[in-house]
Amino acid sequence: MSSIHLQDVSRRYPGGVIALDRVSVEIATGERVAIVGPSGSGKTTMLTIMGTLERPSSGQVRIAGRDLAGVPDAELSALRAHRLGFVFQSFHLQERTSALKNVAGGMLYTGAARGERREAALRALERVGLSHRVGHLPSALSGGERQRVAIARAIVKRPPILLADEPTGNLDSAAGGAVIELLHRLAADGATLVLITHDAQVAASFPRRLHMRDGHIVADERA
Amino acid sequence: MSGSEVAPQGGSEVAPRAVRLPLWELLDVALEGVRARRLRAALSALGIAIGIGAMVAVLSVSASAQANLLAEIDALGTNLLTVTPGQTFTGQNAALPSTSAAAIDHMPEVESDVAVYQVPNVNVYRTRLVPAAESGAIGVDAAGESLPRVLQTSLSSGHFLGAVAQRFPEVVLGAQAASVLQITHAGEHVLVYLGDTWFSVVGVLRPALLDPGLDSDVFISLPVAERAFHLRPNPSEIYVRADVSAVNEVAKLIAPTANPQSAEAVQVGRPSDALQARAAAKGQLTSLLLGLGAVALLVGTIGIANIMVLSVLERRGEIGLRRALGATRRHIAAQFLTESALLALIGGLGGLALGAGGTLIYAQIKHEPFVLPAYALLAAPAAGFAIGTIAGLYPAIRAARLSPTEALRA
Ligand SMILES: Nc1ncnc2c1ncn2[C@@H]1O[C@H](COP(=O)(O)OP(=O)(O)OP(=O)(O)O)[C@@H](O)[C@H]1O
Ligand SMILES: [Mg+2]
Repeated sequence: MSSIHLQDVSRRYPGGVIALDRVSVEIATGERVAIVGPSGSGKTTMLTIMGTLERPSSGQVRIAGRDLAGVPDAELSALRAHRLGFVFQSFHLQERTSALKNVAGGMLYTGAARGERREAALRALERVGLSHRVGHLPSALSGGERQRVAIARAIVKRPPILLADEPTGNLDSAAGGAVIELLHRLAADGATLVLITHDAQVAASFPRRLHMRDGHIVADERA
Repeated sequence: MSGSEVAPQGGSEVAPRAVRLPLWELLDVALEGVRARRLRAALSALGIAIGIGAMVAVLSVSASAQANLLAEIDALGTNLLTVTPGQTFTGQNAALPSTSAAAIDHMPEVESDVAVYQVPNVNVYRTRLVPAAESGAIGVDAAGESLPRVLQTSLSSGHFLGAVAQRFPEVVLGAQAASVLQITHAGEHVLVYLGDTWFSVVGVLRPALLDPGLDSDVFISLPVAERAFHLRPNPSEIYVRADVSAVNEVAKLIAPTANPQSAEAVQVGRPSDALQARAAAKGQLTSLLLGLGAVALLVGTIGIANIMVLSVLERRGEIGLRRALGATRRHIAAQFLTESALLALIGGLGGLALGAGGTLIYAQIKHEPFVLPAYALLAAPAAGFAIGTIAGLYPAIRAARLSPTEALRA
């Protein structure tokens, strides 16, 4: 079954901007996909629609086979809480809160008990290689480490789908390379990974690449 | 590193449902928000604290004043009864029988008593030159030696009527009468003119809280009054101290004892009752002070709402992230509402401390007892909580309405 399925999805913004124009794409469970394209081509818009953070103006969105048309907002939230992990260019960490608590917060809205969240957060931090930074505040971490904390927060609930919008945009190439490698490794056991990047080398590391321009997918390239 | 990384949650295709966050989770998130912005939190809590503090101070200061008056009344004793003539069947002014004082004195539960006899038509002058009209407000009474003791009042100067006063023209002035006559100190050579006789002023009384009517009178002894003036044998008022445990019984029996023929022509009063009523009135808040406190609270409420609105704008990124992590609009609203309620609750507790501290200082300066009304202990934090909830409502709704993508792009 497909993990993410967009059918004729458009997104128009007030003022006549058509950010997405009848886009159709199907991403299978466990697939790893890079989205590339010039600035303003609609990459973020497509990713946020896949992530249910935004609804399409028209067209159909299916996540794990379920049509999301008419699904109430609270249920979309619950879907994100349990099934979707997000990584952003800016890390959005709570600056006055330890890495551990930041990561555990990624599971707050699943209804997991506190002890369970803490355990899962410790494991997630271990998986991103930050076991030695558990009690640190984000301000005491490097950019690469901060992004790894944010990744741990995204995967702490073990979501089947991981969505990343330019996760290396604020990192130098060494730290960025490590983050991409980490994401590949985390997705290796069956999670779907969709990632936006401007970096050709990063894109080249993905088995499938969607090229976007002016709200269209202009090429769907598979290795 | 374990083999399983991001394992898809085992095949269950049941649509996940939004969870309800328990209160402690909300509190935890709210505390995190407060701790991340300590100065801002302190400032908004301070606004509420000042408002609530003002209210608490207003309540406590008036309670202290009331307690002070009640303590004074207690010191004076609540067992004083006054016996005065009432009205006859036919509505005429009655008189207390000449035997009434002795009859009351024989009652077993009466500890002490003193009768006062009005001396009618006698004016008091400082000198012969002062026209009668000007000192007409001063009454002349004949009274027994025990008057100050029974009334629990004392003299600011000199002494009360004693053995000498039984034979010689000596007078003691009530506090108000003394001030009208412009006499502050008693002395052998301080004289006032009563009727057509010079009396030496041997004492000046302090104000008699239990019967302020006596303050504008002057007192002479019974034998002198009988000799110098035409004194009727009927007391105008009898003051009675009853056994503390039997005050009510004595109050009931006193009228038939004083006047067995027509008990209804005797009026019995308990001055401490009126004083206690006055103390209760003093405990009531003046609307002015209450209004001031309310204005302070309103300002605090607007302040906290203002800060929360700013906070929502500033924390768009956090709101977007939480929505991405699966928070519903309701979760976001609850978070901001809890945060402002928490701030205001802290403000309420701070206000309680502020108000109590202010009252303590006030009480020490005024030498009044320190009283913090018990309900303030609950009302202050409760009011803070209520204010926080009201003030947080609009910012919380705004936070919840933010679209997650807009919040993340910000
Ligand atoms: N809320 C909005 N209102 C109006 N226009 C919008 C809004 N959000 C996005 N757009 C427009 O939609 C188009 C696509 O935006 P999008 O953010 O998806 O581009 P992108 O490919 O992610 O670009 P970048 O590489 O710069 O991040 C742009 O022209 C953008 O200006
Ligand atoms: Mg973008």
